[in-house]
Amino acid sequence: MGGSGTSPARGRVVDLGMPEFPRGAARAVADSQLRFNLRKATHTIRGKRANVVAELPDWLELRAAGKAIKDHTLRNLDRYLIRLERAVTEAGGHVHWAADAAEANRIVTDLVKATGETSVVKVKSMATQEIGLNEALAEAGITAYETDLAELIVQLGDDRPSHILVPAIHRNRAEIREIFLDHMGEWGRPAPEGLTDEPRALAEAARLHLRERFLSTKVAISGANFMVAETGTLVVLESEGNGRMCLTLPETLISVVGIEKVVPTWRDLEVFLQLLPRSSTGERMNPYTSTWTGVTPGDGPREFHLVLLDNGRTDVLADEVGRQALRCIRCSACLNVCPVYERAGGHAYGSVYPGPIGAILTPQLRGMASPLDASLPYASSLCGACYDVCPVAIDIPTVLVHLRARAPHPPAERTLLRAASWVLARASRLAGVQRLASRLRRLIPRRAPGPLAAWTDTRDVPPVPKEPFRDWWDRTEGGAE
Amino acid sequence: MRVALFITCVNDTLFPQTGKAVVTLLRRLGCEVEFPRAQTCCGQMHLNTGYPRESLRLARHFVDVFAGYDAVVTPSGSCTAMVREQYPRLAHNPHFAAARSGARRLVPTRAGREFAAAVDEVASRVYDLTEFLIDVLEVEDVGAYFPHRVTYHPTCHSLRGLRLGDRPLRLLRAVRGLELVELPGAEECCGFGGTFAVKNPAVSAAMGTDKVRNVLDTGAEVLCAADNSCLMHIGGTLRRQRSGVRVMHIAEILAQTEGRA
Ligand code: SF4
Repeated sequence: MGGSGTSPARGRVVDLGMPEFPRGAARAVADSQLRFNLRKATHTIRGKRANVVAELPDWLELRAAGKAIKDHTLRNLDRYLIRLERAVTEAGGHVHWAADAAEANRIVTDLVKATGETSVVKVKSMATQEIGLNEALAEAGITAYETDLAELIVQLGDDRPSHILVPAIHRNRAEIREIFLDHMGEWGRPAPEGLTDEPRALAEAARLHLRERFLSTKVAISGANFMVAETGTLVVLESEGNGRMCLTLPETLISVVGIEKVVPTWRDLEVFLQLLPRSSTGERMNPYTSTWTGVTPGDGPREFHLVLLDNGRTDVLADEVGRQALRCIRCSACLNVCPVYERAGGHAYGSVYPGPIGAILTPQLRGMASPLDASLPYASSLCGACYDVCPVAIDIPTVLVHLRARAPHPPAERTLLRAASWVLARASRLAGVQRLASRLRRLIPRRAPGPLAAWTDTRDVPPVPKEPFRDWWDRTEGGAE
Repeated sequence: MRVALFITCVNDTLFPQTGKAVVTLLRRLGCEVEFPRAQTCCGQMHLNTGYPRESLRLARHFVDVFAGYDAVVTPSGSCTAMVREQYPRLAHNPHFAAARSGARRLVPTRAGREFAAAVDEVASRVYDLTEFLIDVLEVEDVGAYFPHRVTYHPTCHSLRGLRLGDRPLRLLRAVRGLELVELPGAEECCGFGGTFAVKNPAVSAAMGTDKVRNVLDTGAEVLCAADNSCLMHIGGTLRRQRSGVRVMHIAEILAQTEGRA
């Protein structure tokens, strides 16, 4: 079998060693607390998004523009990346190219070591999670402190993020309070005694804990939502202001960014500044948008490094159907409407990219050699809700179906589907099978064994009729009275 | 108008009453209905499970069987969407079919081009039943009588694939005696998804259970939809729970008249 289905993993997206999707999902479905948390969170944000999107009469035009800009940029990616490199360098920054996760981790580790520091603060970033940067730094004796509130909760709880935008979406207030009380002290300033689970109290505890960190740490690591090629400007959108602290207070700033995040001009950026906040948090405008261009003497970091990350992206770009996944702006709207994500939770996807976008991105970045990765394209009922909300019109169902064709198939399934296609190739064969089923109809059990139990565990089998439609038509000449 | 009925393999085998209802209804509205005997299956299950070559074989068969009719009407939103959206994609992508063999063809063969043209021709004349009634026959009131409390589930492929919008609801509202009640969370997938239901049984069942809860909340006697495969899943869950709510294809409601109800 050819294709990338069995080829070794190309990008090295951190593999969380999870079982294949259906098993992880089944575990989540059985956890009623988790299901309650997820349902509440996704439905709330889903409603907010729908409201603010409905406000804009030109939403569909904006969406088409976002798609067109990304497609144009991806088609000319080499050109825009070189332009970006030149602009960043001219503005006093340093650009590094990383082909894969190992190279990116090595570059960042060396850069931090060169500063002589042993701790860094981090702005929430998908790319650094994708490459497992925190773990790589830890091996080199460098501690990375997450400063995004939700990432902090995940880090303190020694947990894994389960949502792109709300990494601790699977936790509720009471659980967060416990995590703060139990673990904040291990990482720095402990949580105040008598901490309640009021959102305000929790936020205040995090603020005090993080403030100390910001003021004492000299190196920051970030990602970026966008990179503007014409001026070499990086852009981060966030809600808390913690990102801005990291981006402005330390002496050295290192940004690790996927190569697909480049946009040609500020005019192009404007489109995404409208699409992203409405799609992700359901806000008209996000509270903090930070932009920086190289270094500015006397203001902000004195040293700036940009690490451009490939890690499988150019392979994705080579696939005509799959490449649209690179348009993704990580808004997480597709997660919030996905009925499968809502019930399976983010961890079942076994990757930093959960939900519908994860189901098409992870198998492309990582290949489909592991049972988990091979099961991801099937983690969808193809209901199409993700495509409808995606602000850059990624046709996720089509990409899923495309990937399913390349996924390794279980031999029994292959035999069954081949046999079915043989039967269905001729009406006479189909009629034969139908008559056999009609004759045996009383023998068909209500609860079936083997793989069919997956259906009959929770659903009755429909009764087989005495006579299929085609036989009725023949017998009555189409019901001619 | 010469109308061909594409019954679909699932309806043919398991739900003949839906086919009979479509025939009754279309004849009542003055159509000449034919049932091309050679028809089998649109190949959706094969494509969506990852077997494009097997699917393509069935697509070729479909195009052979249904070429030359004024309209092909089918009581399934998802099979309509398959023919109208996926067939052209399969036919126009020269190496989709060859994806598993690893072969790459960048230029379609002459036979490939002819097939693509035939697909476009047939695909443009395939209609979901409710769409055919509203857009082609231009009727809303089909003369039906059904004195029951009914709720309608818009299946994903009819809602987001075909964009049927309120067409089915307009037909139902015109049915005499019928009390239409709104289904909460109607636009959410029921969890069927073809082989998804057996590949991801836990999630599928959880989605089905939530759908069923919403159906029960309406207090309806009958749940209807434009697709029997989703109804098989929701109905199977309803029956397992001994809820007493019946599921019916929308065609079966529209076919009922005062005399026959
Ligand atoms: S795929 Fe689309 S909807 Fe999903 S995160 Fe990316 S941009 Fe947002």
